[in-house]
Amino acid sequence: MSETKSNVVLHVADVHKRFGGLHALADIDLQVEEGQTHAIIGPNGAGKSTLLNVIIGKLAPSSGAVVFDGNVLTGRKPYEINQMGIARVFQTPEIFTDLSVLHNVMIPALARRDGAYKFNILRALERETAIRQEAEAMLEDVGMHSSRDMAAGSLSRGDKRRMELAMCLIQHPRLLLLDEPTAGMSRHDTNTTIELLKKIKSRGMTKVIIEHDMHVVFSLADKISVLAQGRIIADGTPDQVRGNPKVQEAYLGGAH
Amino acid sequence: METILAQLLNGLDKGGAYALIALGLTLVFGTLGVVNFAHGALFMLGAFCAVAFRQFITYETVTLDPTKLSPWGAPLEIKTPMAQIWFGDFGAVLINWSVPISILLAIPVMLVIGIVMERGLIKHFYKRAHMDQILVTFGLAIVLQEVVKAIFGANPISQPMPVELRGSADIGAMLGLTPGMVTYPIWRLIYFLFSASIIGAVFAFLRLTTFGMVVRAGMADRETVGILGINIDRRFTIMFGLAAVVAGLAGVMYTPLVPPNYHLGMDFLVLSFVVVVVGGMGSLPGAVAAGFLLGILQSFASMTEIKAIIPGIDQIIIYLVAVVILLVRPRGLLGRRGVMET
Amino acid sequence: MNIFYLPRRDAITLAVFALVVLTMPVWLVPFGAAYPGLMQKFAIFAIFAVGYNVLFGLTGYLSFGHAAFLGVGSYTAVWTFKLMTMNVIPAMIFAVIVSGLFALAIGFVSLRRSGIYFSILTLAFAQMCYNLAYSVLTPITNGETALQLTMNDPRVLDLMFSERGAGLPSPSLLGQGMSGIEAFYVVAVVLLIAFYIAQKIFVSPFGMMLRAIKSNQTRMHYTGFNTRPYALTAFVISGMYAGLAGSLLAATDPLAGAERMQWTASGEVVLMTILGGVGTLIGPVIGAWLIKYFENIFSGFNDAMLHHTFSWLPQGAQDVVVAITSKFVGEGWQLSLGLIFVLVVVFLPGGVMEGIRRFSSLFRNRREPGPTGALKTSPAE
Repeated sequence: MSETKSNVVLHVADVHKRFGGLHALADIDLQVEEGQTHAIIGPNGAGKSTLLNVIIGKLAPSSGAVVFDGNVLTGRKPYEINQMGIARVFQTPEIFTDLSVLHNVMIPALARRDGAYKFNILRALERETAIRQEAEAMLEDVGMHSSRDMAAGSLSRGDKRRMELAMCLIQHPRLLLLDEPTAGMSRHDTNTTIELLKKIKSRGMTKVIIEHDMHVVFSLADKISVLAQGRIIADGTPDQVRGNPKVQEAYLGGAH
Repeated sequence: METILAQLLNGLDKGGAYALIALGLTLVFGTLGVVNFAHGALFMLGAFCAVAFRQFITYETVTLDPTKLSPWGAPLEIKTPMAQIWFGDFGAVLINWSVPISILLAIPVMLVIGIVMERGLIKHFYKRAHMDQILVTFGLAIVLQEVVKAIFGANPISQPMPVELRGSADIGAMLGLTPGMVTYPIWRLIYFLFSASIIGAVFAFLRLTTFGMVVRAGMADRETVGILGINIDRRFTIMFGLAAVVAGLAGVMYTPLVPPNYHLGMDFLVLSFVVVVVGGMGSLPGAVAAGFLLGILQSFASMTEIKAIIPGIDQIIIYLVAVVILLVRPRGLLGRRGVMET
Repeated sequence: MNIFYLPRRDAITLAVFALVVLTMPVWLVPFGAAYPGLMQKFAIFAIFAVGYNVLFGLTGYLSFGHAAFLGVGSYTAVWTFKLMTMNVIPAMIFAVIVSGLFALAIGFVSLRRSGIYFSILTLAFAQMCYNLAYSVLTPITNGETALQLTMNDPRVLDLMFSERGAGLPSPSLLGQGMSGIEAFYVVAVVLLIAFYIAQKIFVSPFGMMLRAIKSNQTRMHYTGFNTRPYALTAFVISGMYAGLAGSLLAATDPLAGAERMQWTASGEVVLMTILGGVGTLIGPVIGAWLIKYFENIFSGFNDAMLHHTFSWLPQGAQDVVVAITSKFVGEGWQLSLGLIFVLVVVFLPGGVMEGIRRFSSLFRNRREPGPTGALKTSPAE
């Protein structure tokens, strides 16, 4: 296993993942430093989603380990991983469609305060003023305060994504995982999302972004890892990666 | 050895009924993606096809014979079944063989019922949640059984088997064991052979005909088949009709074993769902294998020797197996992973 | 912090509900349903349905086995009568505890799966309970004859203070007999308490989590919630409600039979919840009342009454109409029930409550097209 630097929050250490005969991830070693935005890019089928699922505990690696803040994540359940301080934005927003926007944002705040389970029926939700105010402030931050009473299912796709982001941010996670946060969005929505993500960046939250859209990646990332056919073929700052011939080959001559 | 063989045989007929119902449930689930709680009611309707047929041909005309007196002194009533008036001696044969003959009635009737059910109600539920499908078919099952109750009453109506097929076969002797040790009622043997051949026919239909191949392809990947320009929906409707026929025939032939009443369907439905789950949701071979397996297990659990060790095991064995299977191997014996998880 | 606090809206609902329940003996008169036996059933099955809705309405887990807890509650209550005292309070307490323990065990296993598998697991467990109650457990359940009080029951607590009287004792509360209208008021008060607790659950953060589980379980996991204990708690609560209802059935009529546990009885509470409006507080109560009303009033209809009803028709038409309608009342009332249920699921998935909302929005729409209204009407799917 490679050395872990002192300020590394997430360390994906020598991870392999096989599905039957298919070697989906090979020898992945990735270190995400505190406060940085680390993008993982690569052509379709490169293993990006598999990698994300391994990090979040949905898939167990065939070998290797994922270490977060000194704790091994492998084998833990998604809710435990979240309680350790990792939040996740999905490719298609996973939200509570039948609940109001405000409640959607209050629920993660309650998760942070009350933990994985609390039988809490004495105090009415209405009386949770602190949580409510916090949620309203968060909605203000992402520019959605006016739609707080709408059913989340009736939001536009871009708003759903923004709300999901708010749901993650209100937990003040140490690490935020974003799975193609602008997939399927209009140019306008994409730009709003980028602005929003830049704003979070200034707060010093560590982020891992899986992304397809180079525009998004190069406007946000401090560091980029390029994945192709289950391996990391390049690693470095945006400028280093941009000039890397292997990357160009993977993108232009390789997969497609 | 003899006892084991006897219990094995005992489980076959019930297993056959389970397998046939479970097969239909799986067909409907696999093709239409619908969880059909009314499937047991189809079994019951089939049974009542036999009842209706028999009631019809045995409908009696009463003539008074003033020349003779009954023991009570009133003129003797001579009751003649309709069938005998129309067909003479052939009518008597008809009555004797009413159960097997009503298969001919049950096939078109069940086909129509199945297709009407699918077109009239079920098709509106393809896109709704499985919960809604369960609820609406559950309601439909209540309606169907109450209609039957309104027509035929609440009491079980026994259906005699043909005289020639009463009695037992000495299976033990046939296999070279001590004669008289393992005997088996002929009708139950017939039921087993009947269900086995229906199952064989369904599988052959799905394997060997183009229609069946399209349906199987549709079960595996509905969208692709749809893209090929094949009207999969119409075929699936017919499959629903076919499943209804299979359930109905299982019901017809079962009537001599258990006199049917209106809630026969519900009784079998619960067990058949358990069978489907044990076999693996969506797996046809799984449904059949689990049907026979559970039928046989139940018959073994009914042995006094077993009941002496674990009292009451015969009452719960099937459910117990289902619980264990669901927890240990959620996809069932032969099922695919992740079917209907949410 | 006031732990009894309810938001204004819900407090009003509770007050109105209390008024409606307690004045039943008055307003049910024109419906011909104001006799104590039926009103007791209204209250008892409302408790059952309200509790069931905590599970099904909030979490979306469709259990087909809750009659088992009703049965367990009844058996426990009758045994408490037999062994300890005819006072109904210990019977209720024990019934709630024992059915809660049953629910804990069955829920713990069943909730390892979701969707239809969960439904079938609960069904399997309930059928096991039912079959066992009829067979090997007859020493406890008295099988087909049903568990009843006998002259020489120990009743240790009662007999410490008084002599064994002549004749069978009957359940009582603080010296007050549990029969007739008094019993109705006792049951009604229990219903109000049960309803209030359900309200507390509905407006609490816990209730919100249950709704969130129904809405999106994946998001719950990635939001840091362990959903299984949440669902299990809901399952146990609803099992306890069922047990409470079962004990009240025993308190108003001290015998317990296994048929109470049959899966058709579980199906009935599903019908009640759907018919009234799943996920709402009042809906299941209305559903329970409608079904019990149908069962008792509709099933009492006979041909003579129908002829009377349709006497304004000419004779021939009258016979035809009576012949047809008679299939839907009396013995055939369940046919009507089944039909109504199918129609509700197809056209009005939110049940009576959604019907009321749609109807009232017809009038309200012109004045206030409130955006919040959209939230409250989302039917459970």
